[in-house]
Amino acid sequence: MKFVDEFRDGGLARVLAGKIERAVEPGRRYNFMEFCGGHTHAISRYGVTDLLPASVNMVHGPGCPVCVLPIGRIDNAIALARDHGVILCTYADTMRVPASERSSLMKAKAAGADIRMVYSAADALRIAREHPAREVVFFAIGFETTTPPTALAILEAERQELANFFVFCNHVLTPAAIANILESPQVRDIGTVPLDGFVGPAHVSCVIGSAPYEYFAEEYAKPVVIAGFEPLDVMQAVLMLVRQVNEGRHEVENEFARAVTRDGNVKAKALVAEVFELRRAFEWRGLGEVPYSALRIKAKYARFDAEKRYGIVYRSVADNKACECGAILRGAKTPKDCKLFGTVCTPETPMGSCMVSSEGACAAWYTYGRFRDREAA
Amino acid sequence: MKKDYVRPVDFRNGRVDMSHGSGGRAMAQLIDELFVAAFDNEWLRQLNDQACFAVPGGRMVMATDSHVVSPLFFPGGDIGCLAVHGTINDVAMSGARPLYLSATFILEEGFPLADLKRIVESMAAAARDARVPIVTGDTKVVENGKGDGVFITTTGLGVVPEGVEISGDRARRADRVLVSGTLGDHGVAIMSFRENLEFETTIRSDTAALHGLVAAMVAAVPGIRCLRDPTRGGLAATLNELARASGVGFRIREQALPVRPEVHAACEFLGLDPLNVANEGKLVAVCAPADSARLLATMRAHPLGRDAAIVGEAIEDRQRFVQMETGLGGSRMVDWLAGEQLPRIC
Repeated sequence: MKFVDEFRDGGLARVLAGKIERAVEPGRRYNFMEFCGGHTHAISRYGVTDLLPASVNMVHGPGCPVCVLPIGRIDNAIALARDHGVILCTYADTMRVPASERSSLMKAKAAGADIRMVYSAADALRIAREHPAREVVFFAIGFETTTPPTALAILEAERQELANFFVFCNHVLTPAAIANILESPQVRDIGTVPLDGFVGPAHVSCVIGSAPYEYFAEEYAKPVVIAGFEPLDVMQAVLMLVRQVNEGRHEVENEFARAVTRDGNVKAKALVAEVFELRRAFEWRGLGEVPYSALRIKAKYARFDAEKRYGIVYRSVADNKACECGAILRGAKTPKDCKLFGTVCTPETPMGSCMVSSEGACAAWYTYGRFRDREAA
Repeated sequence: MKKDYVRPVDFRNGRVDMSHGSGGRAMAQLIDELFVAAFDNEWLRQLNDQACFAVPGGRMVMATDSHVVSPLFFPGGDIGCLAVHGTINDVAMSGARPLYLSATFILEEGFPLADLKRIVESMAAAARDARVPIVTGDTKVVENGKGDGVFITTTGLGVVPEGVEISGDRARRADRVLVSGTLGDHGVAIMSFRENLEFETTIRSDTAALHGLVAAMVAAVPGIRCLRDPTRGGLAATLNELARASGVGFRIREQALPVRPEVHAACEFLGLDPLNVANEGKLVAVCAPADSARLLATMRAHPLGRDAAIVGEAIEDRQRFVQMETGLGGSRMVDWLAGEQLPRIC
């Protein structure tokens, strides 16, 4: 397939693998965090680690939108569908995220709640138009990539004067999460998560541009290479990171220049700025309360805000005690360090959120990588 | 006395109502004018509650399959031909020659008779083409809202030729894995019609009866170890089933897998893996290494096996994992599908 196969080519992969092999300095370890679940998935699905030298270690980051959604927010969504009788529209992955009391949107649906999977915010809008007698809530989640379509849906709802369309906004921000990881004691003080650089987000960067990462590279002296989600993109980014580390540089470099500019998608950013504003704090699964890390709907569009319409009260709920999702999302542990992994926690019966989405570190390892556990044992 | 006159069933504007399943005159008329007329054969014509037929010698095979596909009509087929092909294929995967089919219809009150007629005629054509008659059947009607238009269950009987011993638990280390053609066509064709997801594509379902291909394969290589049609769950599920039953692992090569560029593209933007997507006219075969070249040539010589390929081999693995060498040059596991990827597809 054109424009895809070129970025998965085995011959080019061998060439890049050779370059990385020659670039790494003997005796030196390179620990790079790929922030995005999209990279985690590509690395696992195409077996990229097989082509990297043993001294390059990829640490999975928290950039999986489903994984970072805290239990309390899922509980809120379930309550909306169950207690307020709304049609709740949600992205498919979110359906299986475990909530309190062994519930999930999937189970709430089976119990009779009207919960529908949609592929975009526009689908939710259409459902609202088709069911004027019902109230329709779009369960909006995700990073900067899914935020502009939500903004567009709200503006469109206003234009069409839809009185039965609401958005439960849970959009979160990438730079805040990266800062949180770099500020964490594990990285800063105790050094249990040694990080030599970041593979920067692909699609998120298409929207926000490369400029927002310049601060991290400077302030924390860590190189960032923005990379596409294809396996050769990841390998090229690793090569660029290795070179920066070797040369003592810490710059923002853009491997994904075919899609990312310094300023990003100006139109999309303007849409988001029109509709949303920063929240003072937001709870992330795994990272806890992160200041200024999420968006809420501006007062101007309050009539579309499900939190106001239904008086949603957020209540924080702790993860299962044995679940290591938190540490895994911070890069402090790997799926194999979790006692639940592959035993009671599997993609069929996920206990933690990292096992739900195919972009989650646990699901990726379980689905694509666990045959290696035995080789290592 | 007036001559008997019965107003014919209104297949143009009529709808299924509760009387069509009540055992009364309306049901008898529907059976006569629709099912018997379309499936027409000597057994059905007797209008008994059962079909009575002679049984040839040898081991018999029986398989049953329910079809609840949505949408009912899709590019390349419909629930009717799918219900015939699906059960014929299940029988044929034992190496058997399918002989007879039964068909059960669960109809929802209000279902348009025109659609029912179209479906039944498609079934009849599929059975005729396959030369496997539908010899008995049943019809039930459920109230509006308690079904989804029409559900069809078919059961098939067949006979296995002497000396053929095909079973999912017979794969041995170093055996070769073959697929009969391109993967994922059916699932993607269905997806392209899914509510909320309509996209334009030229992809058609691959629904087909495979017993002719199987007969040719069995004649060329009577020692075939395993045959299975990778329907729901795709090739990934089938290989995992065979691995579990045989106590081996499999290693396949991504670059050897036949996948149409259109299917690849659709999977790419829907975030699906062609290995998990359903097929309705493909089979997976496992055979001894020495037989693989002959089996491949036989498959390629058949119209339904033109794109056949050897895609991997069985390996020793106590954990019975399926692994794949990726096009990039790395390795990964090919696991069962987790959760639901598709709407009802067969």
